Amino acid sequence: MALDQFLVQTVNGLVSGMILALVASGLTLIFGIMDVVNFAHGDLLMLGAFVGSGVFMSSGNFWAALISAVVVIAALGALLQVTTLRPLLGRDPLTTILATFGISLVLQNYALWQWGPSARKISEPITGQFQLLYLQYPVYRIAIALLSAAIIGGLWLFMKYGTYGIWIRATTQDRVMASAMGIPVPVVHAAVFAIGAGMAAASGVLFAPMVGVTQTIGLDFTLRAFVVVVVGGMGNLGGSILASIFVSLLEAYASLFVSPAQAVIVSFIVLVLTLLFRPTGLFVPTPK
Amino acid sequence: MAPAHPGARGYWIGFAVVLAGLIVAPLVLPEFWRRFVTEILIWGLLAMSSDILIGYTGMVSFGHSAFFGLGMYGAAAALLSVRPPNLWLALLYGLVAAAVVAAFVAYFSTRLRDIYFSITTLVFSQIFYVIIFTWTEVTGGENGLNFRQPPFSIPGVLSAAFTPVTLHWFVLAVVTVSYVLLRRITQSPFGMVLQSIRENEPRTRAIGYPVERYKIVAVMLSGVFAGLAGVLYAVQNRFAAPDFVFFIVSGEVVIFNVMGGMGTLAGPVVGATFFFVLREVFSRYFTQYYLIPVGIIFTLMVIFLPQGMLGFLRRRLNQ
Amino acid sequence: MLSLREVHAHYGKSHVLHGVTIDVGPREVVGLLGRNGVGKSTTLKTIMGLVRASDGSVTFEGRDLIGVATYRLPALGISYVPEDRRVFRLLTVLENLRTGLDRAGMTPERRQALLAKVYDYFPVLRERRHQAGGTLSGGEQQMLAIARAMVLEPKIILLDEPTEGLMPRMVGQIRQIIEILNKEGVAILLVEQNVPLTLAVSDRVYIMEKGAVRHQATAAALRADDAVIHQYLGV
Repeated sequence: MALDQFLVQTVNGLVSGMILALVASGLTLIFGIMDVVNFAHGDLLMLGAFVGSGVFMSSGNFWAALISAVVVIAALGALLQVTTLRPLLGRDPLTTILATFGISLVLQNYALWQWGPSARKISEPITGQFQLLYLQYPVYRIAIALLSAAIIGGLWLFMKYGTYGIWIRATTQDRVMASAMGIPVPVVHAAVFAIGAGMAAASGVLFAPMVGVTQTIGLDFTLRAFVVVVVGGMGNLGGSILASIFVSLLEAYASLFVSPAQAVIVSFIVLVLTLLFRPTGLFVPTPK
Repeated sequence: MAPAHPGARGYWIGFAVVLAGLIVAPLVLPEFWRRFVTEILIWGLLAMSSDILIGYTGMVSFGHSAFFGLGMYGAAAALLSVRPPNLWLALLYGLVAAAVVAAFVAYFSTRLRDIYFSITTLVFSQIFYVIIFTWTEVTGGENGLNFRQPPFSIPGVLSAAFTPVTLHWFVLAVVTVSYVLLRRITQSPFGMVLQSIRENEPRTRAIGYPVERYKIVAVMLSGVFAGLAGVLYAVQNRFAAPDFVFFIVSGEVVIFNVMGGMGTLAGPVVGATFFFVLREVFSRYFTQYYLIPVGIIFTLMVIFLPQGMLGFLRRRLNQ
Repeated sequence: MLSLREVHAHYGKSHVLHGVTIDVGPREVVGLLGRNGVGKSTTLKTIMGLVRASDGSVTFEGRDLIGVATYRLPALGISYVPEDRRVFRLLTVLENLRTGLDRAGMTPERRQALLAKVYDYFPVLRERRHQAGGTLSGGEQQMLAIARAMVLEPKIILLDEPTEGLMPRMVGQIRQIIEILNKEGVAILLVEQNVPLTLAVSDRVYIMEKGAVRHQATAAALRADDAVIHQYLGV
């Protein structure tokens, strides 16, 4: 096949990879700090897209949609954590999977009920295309990849330098000792869940002009995000970002040969192989 | 023989009563409820199979939709390829298909613990879903497969088409035998080891049990009975569709387990019944969005009533 | 200042503390001696709320501590140096200290002053301030753990076996640190296996056995006649 197709798919893969990285970072953060595998993460993304589309319909402003989606869903995330996940702290991780699964069902069906089965739309804020070798490639896609990277970069800086970043990292490493140092652990947990939810919502809105807004987009992302978090090394932020790009590139290339529905299997195969041969994560040095 | 204790006799009496009720049910209930009860039995079987893994061995699997679906499609293959459609062949194909998938899943999955296992089983469900959904020539893709219902036949002796009533009895017979079998297995030394794995896997291994082998057998057992449920479903409804392989079905099965009470075998059947009844009730007010209240109830039960309804009742009765 | 009265506690199903009664006055150094497994660490953990007291009372400056969330205790003036030190391994030395420095009500000047003071006491921490906590030696980690507790400017520090696993040379350093802390007006509840150290720094000593306090005396009295110690600790 032609070089230009390969190139386009590479760029597509990178773009999807960055957005997936945004979703997966939130999931990794949440898992790292409270051992919760958030089944509902994709649904938070989906709700973010819907809230965003609602704001977009009435205001016509993409950025307003993005910001309101992030704020609303972050608040929802904090609420969920405080009501349903806090009582489960300390119980086995399987219980939290079940609880977040239950939440996922409720959120999905709520979205169906609230907005109905027809798809919504958010238009790109930046239209136009640019020359990529022989082809035209939408500027918007590059923009969202950059924006995702910026958000993730901002998260990284926040975690590394701010006081709250230290609190979060300390709580992730040793919740009990963090408590003994006066760090308000329950508040940190709720805040991290809110951040994760907010990032998912942002992904939902950023991705919407490309894939539309329907109730099923959440599911796709949940599965892929799980794959990425495991492949990247549970709780490893850098790893999950690399894994996102890796998996997305593979899928993009695969869809040159098979249908997109089947290309999804690629990520699953990567997961299975990783679990067999490098269970701590592909991008994590093997522990001695 | 297990030593008789006061609970045992009460248990068997209760069992007999329920069984009698289920035998009589199709004769007295209207058409809709008749089907309802038959379907609950099938889902109950699926939930029981899942309980072997979740309740007894402590492995939360989201892969049961794959076993169920393959049992269904296996039966479909038999019923479509052989004329006249043969019930026993359908059972054979379905069980073998489910067993093969179970072996596959078992091999990969039992090397993983907890969350990794759950995610992997989920991923396997989805892999099979995608294969079935896209391989349209063989599996009918999105639309699934339709076929005729096989008659109940004993070679050389008789061949009689099923009526809704006799089909119900057939399903009841299969599910009851399965239940009794599974019960014996879970109460056997093998079952005890499984529970010990659930309670404390490292200790079980330290004592000397080949934990991996036990887990593989548990997955196979679970998968085969789930496949059996799939075959029954195919025979009853005369179609196979990819929707049943989608992991959400596995999720619903897990809901039955949690609601009814994990590790009790009868609990999941109760859970399935409870779920379907809730669905009926809530459908009146919420139409197709019944999962909103049901999902909330489920989540609340996970938090506050993790032993499920049966576990809760047991506690109460013991006091 | 800190009072435990008939405190009972459980670890899961086992009944670990059987009615512990201890007092620590302001600026006192109180030692808690006893064999392994007798409940000394559990007592400290119960004060910190890491183990739930099933009966009895724990009060600090008149305030009831049972049921109070652990993270509120530093603000009340209680800090904790646990038995395995538990430095945040992936955080740098400075970041470890910041978990205590960056609290509400601290101005940048106060923080700098406090940090400087801690670096004065523990120069090795200044040297290694950008190194990850997990890369420090055992003795350095112990110093970091104590520095971290100091930085909370507490009224009392709960010290759990600070000399465990340390070279004998370092025991002297620990002793100096305890004396400095005490001079600054900080009370200390010291759990230890090292009897000579405990007797040297403490004002009073409790001896525990099987989850309860069996004997208490001033350190001076015990230094004069240590028969009781041989009786309970067999050393």
